Amino acid sequence: MVVLAQTNNENDQPVSRRNFLKNSGLVIGGLVVGGVAGSLLAKPKTPAPTQPGATPAPTADFNQALMYFTPEQFKVVDAACERIFPEDENGPGAKALGAAYFIDHQLAGDWGFNSRDYMQGPFYQGEATQGYQGRLKRREIFDIGIQEMNNYSNSTQKKKFYELAPEQQDEVLKAFETDEVKLTTISASAFFKMLRASTLEGVYSDPLYGGNKNMDGWKLKNYPGNQMTYSQVIEQDKFVKMAPLSLRDHQHG
Amino acid sequence: MAKKLPKVDVVIVGVGWGGGIIASELTKQGLNVVGLERGKERKTEDYFMVHDELRYALRYELMQDLSKETITFRSKTSVRALPMRSYGSFLLGTGLGGAGVHWNGHTFRFLPYDFEIRSKTVERYGEKKIPADMTIQDWGITYDQLEPYFDKFERMAGISGEENPLAGKRSKPYPTPPMKKMPSMKMFEEAAKKKNWHPYMLPSANLSEAYTNPDGISRAACQYCGFCERFGCEYGAKADPVVTVIPVAQKTGKFEIRTHSQVRRILHTGNKATGVLYTDVTTGEEIEQPADIVVLTSYVFNNTRLLLLSKLGRPYDPNTGKGVIGKNYAYQVIRGGATGFFEDREFNYYAGAGALGIVLDDFNGDNFDHKDLKFIHGASISHTMTGQRPIQTNPVPQGTPSWGKDFKAASLKYINRTLSVGAQGASMPFRHHFLDLDPTYKDVFGDPLIRITFDFEEQDRQLAAFTAERCGELLQEMGASKVEVNGKLGPYDIVPYQSTHNTGGVIMGASPDTSAVNNYLQMWDAENVFVVGASAFGHNSGYNPTGTMGALSYRCAEGILKYHKSGGGMVV
Repeated sequence: MVVLAQTNNENDQPVSRRNFLKNSGLVIGGLVVGGVAGSLLAKPKTPAPTQPGATPAPTADFNQALMYFTPEQFKVVDAACERIFPEDENGPGAKALGAAYFIDHQLAGDWGFNSRDYMQGPFYQGEATQGYQGRLKRREIFDIGIQEMNNYSNSTQKKKFYELAPEQQDEVLKAFETDEVKLTTISASAFFKMLRASTLEGVYSDPLYGGNKNMDGWKLKNYPGNQMTYSQVIEQDKFVKMAPLSLRDHQHG
Repeated sequence: MAKKLPKVDVVIVGVGWGGGIIASELTKQGLNVVGLERGKERKTEDYFMVHDELRYALRYELMQDLSKETITFRSKTSVRALPMRSYGSFLLGTGLGGAGVHWNGHTFRFLPYDFEIRSKTVERYGEKKIPADMTIQDWGITYDQLEPYFDKFERMAGISGEENPLAGKRSKPYPTPPMKKMPSMKMFEEAAKKKNWHPYMLPSANLSEAYTNPDGISRAACQYCGFCERFGCEYGAKADPVVTVIPVAQKTGKFEIRTHSQVRRILHTGNKATGVLYTDVTTGEEIEQPADIVVLTSYVFNNTRLLLLSKLGRPYDPNTGKGVIGKNYAYQVIRGGATGFFEDREFNYYAGAGALGIVLDDFNGDNFDHKDLKFIHGASISHTMTGQRPIQTNPVPQGTPSWGKDFKAASLKYINRTLSVGAQGASMPFRHHFLDLDPTYKDVFGDPLIRITFDFEEQDRQLAAFTAERCGELLQEMGASKVEVNGKLGPYDIVPYQSTHNTGGVIMGASPDTSAVNNYLQMWDAENVFVVGASAFGHNSGYNPTGTMGALSYRCAEGILKYHKSGGGMVV
């Protein structure tokens, strides 16, 4: 039941932001309060020079380098993410999508430092309904959680987490998820929840953050990414599939 | 010593919907207004890269920085309140436009029943229907008195909608027609009609067509891009203060906005305010802004907090039930909904708009008989399509693991095969639900945080279970292959997101004994202080609050003008 949109399918050029604005009548009279119209229409377009017939050499993904994790930590997280969102007949898993790089990059910035969270004391243990009350920052929680995953794997299987067979890795993750692993500094299940949530963020956030490589995460869900309008889609009975667009396309398209 | 500036007619604290409306109405009449906004300036051009779920929806780009200020929460007075360290249950706005920038645009009018809730409940069911601790009271205004102000707000914002057959009488139709109807909304409509219920298109502040409002502001139509709530609108199609009332006030030349200016105290001598003290957060300098009239137009929490910090008005005491500042805090009951899985059909789930939906009020307010029910009021029941973004939307049937191969397969299968019908339940005030100052935790300036004492009650559990059943029946009728009814309401938990509809704390009413402000939102205890916002609500209805809050803002502006003209005294 999947049909392609007539104006924006895989074979056509995506609707450029500028043409979209021209065609949709968004440039309106009166007191213009929308910034879209003015600022964007004035921007000149400089097409990139192309050599006819030349096949572009594959470029390295410069984003895939570590900002926070040690290589050892990265191996644990990369393996864990892949078990949370594994490659299967539907398509790529977290590893191929770069979710662990995404998490690494996030921990290196504001999110990892809890910069916009209230981190003042005093610290008391609260009720579950009062939310996280620890003094540790997310990057510290990851440090501890990763170490504990290796410790638990070592004590039960005499191997590091990433050396285990996939089924054994699942057992370790389950032990964390259910708090069967007893930790003193952090809650194993809370760490697992954070790991699961950030894996999904790495799979489905805009590729500018280092995950969702080639927008392949979005393709799994038939999610079209950043589109200017769905006015032509909204009333359609059939599912409308379209090639996804990223924020990079938005800025440079 | 704080630097003292020349006196102005009016100073407003917070430039969101309330502040923007007050500023536009007063400056049009020639008053000089200064708007103090703690956050940064905002404009539509800021949203060039707004289709970014991670940045806006999960990292809260537009929200208040909790490292500087948050709230504390406890379920009851015997529990130690602790800070909300990260976002969860609700999201606090900041910056020009405030929470009016990141709303979805659902613009309802509360029901006639809401404004006279105590009288009407007693009239129909007797005194005994109201539990001893439930502190519902009439609002000191009727729907009919407020109707012209609802109309004014809707015309300013360009609300797109159609008549709700079960609501209060309207003097005029909505200024713009309803939004487009998605196939699943037609399914909801047909199912509801089969049950003899009364569906109507959700009144939306996302414009269905280009619109020029009575102030001469033109805005473009919504593009159904699917990025409304938690996001700013790159088209200006979603009504927000920055693209409606604020430019109108600025055009008069009589409105000065000072961003990065956090008001710390209302200054007062006896029971009259003399101005406000604020900190320029870029320099740390303390500045006094004298004014004839002070208008609090920040969110529920800061309206209440600023009064308590300034020792203005009588603080509420839950033990005696006396005092008014901090009284009748209420929230919203969101857990009474249902999910339907459709094996044979895929929907364009990625598309939508914040206020695109269809709704019915057959189980809202007192539109149905509560004689044999163990709760009062009810919920609006709706099916909305806000555009389901991929990180936060992973629908799987109950019993599916939350990770791994089976999770992945199910979440991919059902992403476009799942519809939900939700109930937005009213929240009644109770004597032991209130706001006060936290004794322990402080903001970045060393001032106490506001403390919430709140939990769900039996009333809420009964309501959620009842409305969830109705939602389930609808989905069944809509042809879902499998329906899951989610009507079990646990204790109030601040961790999962539920609703940013916090209300009360500075409530309106007919008497200074039971309310903080009169029906022009003028403080009983300080005649030149007006307090605008959902803080004025005596309880929260089964609707989003902004429409009613907007109407009250226009009413308040009229009150301020009356007060200014008469030169003093209560305007009622």
